[in-house]
Amino acid sequence: MLDFPTWKKTWLWLIAAVAIFAALPSLFATTDLRWPEALPEPTVNLGLDLAGGSHILLEAEADQVAAQRLQNMEEGVRTVLEDAEPRIRIGDVSTADGRMSFMIDDASDVDRARELLMPLVNGAGMVREWDLTVIDETRLVLTPTEAGTEQAVTDAMDSATEVVRRRIDALGTREPTIIRQGDTRIVVQVPGLDNPDQLKELLGQTAKLEFKMVDETALPTDVAQGIAPPGSQIFPYVEGSAQEGTSVAVRRLGGIRGDSLVGSQQSFDPQTNEPVVTIQFDQQGGARFAKLSTENVGKLFAIILDGEVLSTPSFNEPILGGSAQISGSFTTESANNLSISLRSGALPVDLAVIEERTVGPDLGADSIRRGMLAMMIGSLAVVVLMIATYGRFGIYAAAALVINVLMLLGIMAWLNTTLTLPGIAGFVLTIGAAVDANVLINERIREERKRGRRVVAAVENGYKEASRAIYDANITNFIAGVLLFLFGSGPIRGFAIVLVVGLFTSVFTAVTLTRMWVAGWLRKNRPSDITL
Amino acid sequence: MKLLKLVPDDTNIKFLKWGVPFFITGMALIVASWALVAVNGLNYGVDFAGGQEIRVTFVGEAEAPVAEIRETVDALPTVDNPVIQRFGEPNQVSIRVALPAEAEGDPEFANRMTEEITATLQAEHSDLRIDGVDSVSGKVSGEFRNDAAFALIAAMLAVALYIWVRFEWQFGVGALFALFHDVSLTLGMFALFQLEFSLQIIAAILAIIGYSLNDTIVIYDRIRENLKKYRKMPLPELLDLSVNETLARTVMTSLTLLIALLPLLLIGPASLFGLVAAITLGLFVGSYSSVYMAGPLLIWMGVNSKSFVPEETATDKQDRAARGEV
Repeated sequence: MLDFPTWKKTWLWLIAAVAIFAALPSLFATTDLRWPEALPEPTVNLGLDLAGGSHILLEAEADQVAAQRLQNMEEGVRTVLEDAEPRIRIGDVSTADGRMSFMIDDASDVDRARELLMPLVNGAGMVREWDLTVIDETRLVLTPTEAGTEQAVTDAMDSATEVVRRRIDALGTREPTIIRQGDTRIVVQVPGLDNPDQLKELLGQTAKLEFKMVDETALPTDVAQGIAPPGSQIFPYVEGSAQEGTSVAVRRLGGIRGDSLVGSQQSFDPQTNEPVVTIQFDQQGGARFAKLSTENVGKLFAIILDGEVLSTPSFNEPILGGSAQISGSFTTESANNLSISLRSGALPVDLAVIEERTVGPDLGADSIRRGMLAMMIGSLAVVVLMIATYGRFGIYAAAALVINVLMLLGIMAWLNTTLTLPGIAGFVLTIGAAVDANVLINERIREERKRGRRVVAAVENGYKEASRAIYDANITNFIAGVLLFLFGSGPIRGFAIVLVVGLFTSVFTAVTLTRMWVAGWLRKNRPSDITL
Repeated sequence: MKLLKLVPDDTNIKFLKWGVPFFITGMALIVASWALVAVNGLNYGVDFAGGQEIRVTFVGEAEAPVAEIRETVDALPTVDNPVIQRFGEPNQVSIRVALPAEAEGDPEFANRMTEEITATLQAEHSDLRIDGVDSVSGKVSGEFRNDAAFALIAAMLAVALYIWVRFEWQFGVGALFALFHDVSLTLGMFALFQLEFSLQIIAAILAIIGYSLNDTIVIYDRIRENLKKYRKMPLPELLDLSVNETLARTVMTSLTLLIALLPLLLIGPASLFGLVAAITLGLFVGSYSSVYMAGPLLIWMGVNSKSFVPEETATDKQDRAARGEV
């Protein structure tokens, strides 16, 4: 037990040195000293509760994805069958219960229709996206497959994450973290951001822009009551517009979406000097917009953003340049936000903020200062008590404690983990508990001496007999710590990390290192008695 | 050098003489704790209840106008019974508002409420600095509740299972019972004093589980050792001996933990107060539960030296022979 060959000592010191080395950059960061650039620089990240910043959890409505998919399918089916040569006529279209069903007028067209719809049904990916069945000979039913819906949600979330990233980048904030979480959630963490209002506004805006023709045949009285003519639907005017509180009927199909943009900027209307947003379509979108405007010169169209009508201008002339100006009672700020949102693309699905945690930089800095001070006073008190109680053995324990704290910090830096506010409490707890091993060992050595064992035998037995309880206690603590990590979230995980890593470092320092030191001392001085 | 000795050598305190009364008291406290939790309820923070906690500093004032803030916030249509508390310095307060019932099914509700409250306060106080916002929707808080309950139960069962494997089933049951006692009393205290019960407290309880178990394991380890050593000794006497032998360690370790935690409790960040207070409380509860809750159960469940005789391996025998104990 007390035999420490040179190679073993070398290894132990090396392990301690490497871990302590990793702690240095983090310690340097709290002083005015600069860490040399040539050296590797592992640092402990500060959690948002210490560094200040904003944590936002967004959740997507998965149902929306399915609804959007169904609408796309309806448009796809209509387009394919209308473009067929000769045209296939359909009727009694229904999209209830998440399925699309329709009748084919001429029963002899059924097989041809099935053939034509195959590309839509199979989709582009590996999974079949829809089930196509024929009932009563002329009715086709399209049901989304589970795998297809899942795939659609995953795709939507992937692109939503990308859109979120582009919007946050547009704000110019530094080092945001954007991570998908679970099936339908996105975590956004922005260090240093203490007022997330603009960020939340940007992320809350789906920015689904649509241009649809106004149904000028709709009776105003019907529209006011929310009754739309067949083939049309009703959209309310946006809050803050001159026509707030009223609605417009627009043709459901045949409009175009503003998702094929190459640019958008906030600018001012040259005539009214109102803030507006100017958008540029890509080639395809520009062509479609040109076609729509050419076919509908003189008619009103509605600019719809996220299901609300911004304005209803008319096409005075064909718009062929591929760019358009959107007006709609904007402030400079809201026009700017909208142009960022449009530029970064529409979110494929609405995102709701379901959790927000923001800490201002002052509070974070104050927490660090108070936490550090409390930790130092606590450590000092523990060191004094240990030395007063166990003398030389207490000094070993105290030295082990200092190395323990440094190694803990260093390993956390190597692992690139995050130190949170509860993590500071974890440090203090580790300091208080790590010496438990030394207490157990030293009390045991005392007992063994009282029973009349010689010094070396007493020390040897002390370490050996105490180890069982030390290991058992650490393993049970490990179990509790891992469960806390698995089920905890955010800052609490930081606490669990410190506790769990601290278990390893404290066994290493409080048991192994002190044993090495005690062994070295015994070997050199061969004391016949020890004060303990 | 004269060393400090907190516990005199060779104590012989008859702990288990008072075992039954203490055990009954412990049981009564467990029942009382759960009754308190049932009647008073836990004062759930935003983590578990949903809603928001907003921490603000009135930079230009020596003291925060608590009554005025309460009035202003309470006047908002969505807000009912806000909790306004001092938080840290005299000019800092925390404003806690629970989610109203109408927030059900509207994940954005908590978020909108936060914006409304901060905007209203900032309009009235230009020197207001917002230090922190925690806004949790009903959906997320529900998940936190489930996860927390699961983590506590899973941790208790997992460590009890480990003790069962390492010792004997009676020890596992004893340890589980002691943990149940510690967790119950901590919850009871939170219900009694209506301290804010947040995710941090769950972390504290898991830490308590860990450290209460340290004590239990140290005593159990000694009981096992003594069971092998003194085959004929009656169990109550043997338990007393084991507790006395480990008493110095129990006192010393509790003390080191306490002096490490006290500065954090007294001058540490205000946001950590609940966590550290819960752990400090658990420290006391955990130390005596190992003796009075786990001990008597071992006697009643009939632990004896036979439980460990087959465990003596050839190495143990050699050790014993080497020590001259045959």
